[in-house]
Amino acid sequence: MFLLKQKTTLPGFHLALGYTVFYVSLIVLIPLSMLFIKTSTISFADFWSIVTAPRTLAAYRLSFGAAFIASFINIFFGVIIAWVLARYSFPGKKIVDALIDFPFALPTAVAGIALTTLYSSNGLLGQFLYKIGIQSAYSWTGVVLALIFIGLPFIVRTIEPVLQEIDPEIEDAASSLGAGRLQIFFRIIFPAVLPSLVTGFSLAFARTIGEYGSVVFIAGNMPGKTEIAPLLIITKLEQYDYSGATAIALVMLIVSFILLALTNLAQWWASKRIGMS
Amino acid sequence: MSLARTESPLIRRILIGIALFYLILFIFMPLFIVFSTALEKGVSYYFNSLKDPDTIASIQLTLITALIAVPLNLVFGVAASWAIAKFDFRGKNILLTLIDVPLSVSPVISGLIFVLLFGLQGIFGPWLRDHGWRIIFTPSAIILATIFVTFPMVARELIPVMKAQGNDEEEAAITLGANGWKTFWYITLPNIKWGLLYGVILCNARAMGEFGAVSVVSGHIQGFTNTLPLQIEMLYNDYSFTAAFAAASLLAFLALFTLVIKSLVEYRFRAELKAVRKGAH
Repeated sequence: MFLLKQKTTLPGFHLALGYTVFYVSLIVLIPLSMLFIKTSTISFADFWSIVTAPRTLAAYRLSFGAAFIASFINIFFGVIIAWVLARYSFPGKKIVDALIDFPFALPTAVAGIALTTLYSSNGLLGQFLYKIGIQSAYSWTGVVLALIFIGLPFIVRTIEPVLQEIDPEIEDAASSLGAGRLQIFFRIIFPAVLPSLVTGFSLAFARTIGEYGSVVFIAGNMPGKTEIAPLLIITKLEQYDYSGATAIALVMLIVSFILLALTNLAQWWASKRIGMS
Repeated sequence: MSLARTESPLIRRILIGIALFYLILFIFMPLFIVFSTALEKGVSYYFNSLKDPDTIASIQLTLITALIAVPLNLVFGVAASWAIAKFDFRGKNILLTLIDVPLSVSPVISGLIFVLLFGLQGIFGPWLRDHGWRIIFTPSAIILATIFVTFPMVARELIPVMKAQGNDEEEAAITLGANGWKTFWYITLPNIKWGLLYGVILCNARAMGEFGAVSVVSGHIQGFTNTLPLQIEMLYNDYSFTAAFAAASLLAFLALFTLVIKSLVEYRFRAELKAVRKGAH
């Protein structure tokens, strides 16, 4: 019983934990360890030349850069959407609220072909964007548009509950002491939602850097220009260059893990702040 | 009093307008495009394109894949949430992090690791070849990759729900002489059934819609290793846009159905879901 921290009367701990650990090892740990085992067979010089090749760097720049821009745009609009959903009532609000999770529920390939059809030069929205000089498909812009779609629910759903939980009495107190709405927003509400902004941003960013299905149709896939990192992995695999694919994947995986750790840190920081107030 | 707490009607309208404009651009329009393109050549064309033998084969493979992956991940999800929510043990955070891993890994990498395991240049590849077995580029690889990608879905929904429920009811049942299975069946399960339902539906939606991971291990053999999403890609790249969107509309329906179930669960069990949200998204 050395694993358990407390005595308990409930049964099934060893069975449940044993099965969980077995299944996690079989499905996640062993397959994922392949990435590290395979990398260990590549010399460091080879690894370095793969991940710093101009084509690889361009793919990283696109995947990370577009994910950053999309998450940044989503933070701004996500706050407005979460605010509207948490505070105001308007007709159709329930449907709007339910559809926020649509990008999360829609298979990425469907999102990919829908967004490409929408934003290509003769598409419903693309025709207007092309007219004002925005090439909204088969370009960097297209990748950002797809990643905005994918990341939006992560950001809205992280901020919304925090906005709902802010005690209205604090706002009343501030207002009765003479604070205006803008002052209340920047002095009270913004600091309260800041940790959730950080969490939402890193959740969306982590989800979007590795995104494939929704992006590959709209990206254009020109090597060195509009080729995302996951597509480069697939191209390497199709050329039976397993080492190249693995090296590129490992760098992406490490970035994801660092982000996951930062997210946990942000959540810990947030819970500590809430605990204090 | 209420004036002090909220913005002027003009500001309110502007904010609602901005929010709706953004959502129309990025959520309503893509949804609309799927159905309008699928039906642009009429209803009979729509149904005929779904009757294509390769499309039907891809639907079958998708259903079989979900039928295997979802129950396995359901059993795992229940076991994992029982261990994690009901007991306090060392190493819990490491286990929780490991369970989250498939969600933060690129789908392409999720496929790649199975190629590294079972592909011809992979660790078990030569051994499998010598015994006349193949996994990569067969439905088995698709099922394996799908299990990997969807494996946290049930556990993640259940853990916060079970945690919020606490241990008191179960402890009382055990003290009164019920055995473990009986306690689970009559006490725990009724308490978590809504969270469980949503977890299963979400897991199923993901299993049927997975694209990146299965794309890497599938080999895109029509009628054999093409799942529905892969068939959509193939139709689209062949410029059969209407047929591609007809097939896509099936998955869009599935996504809408998932959202309806989510709203129902939310309605039936608000408190439960609040705990879920705190833990999950």
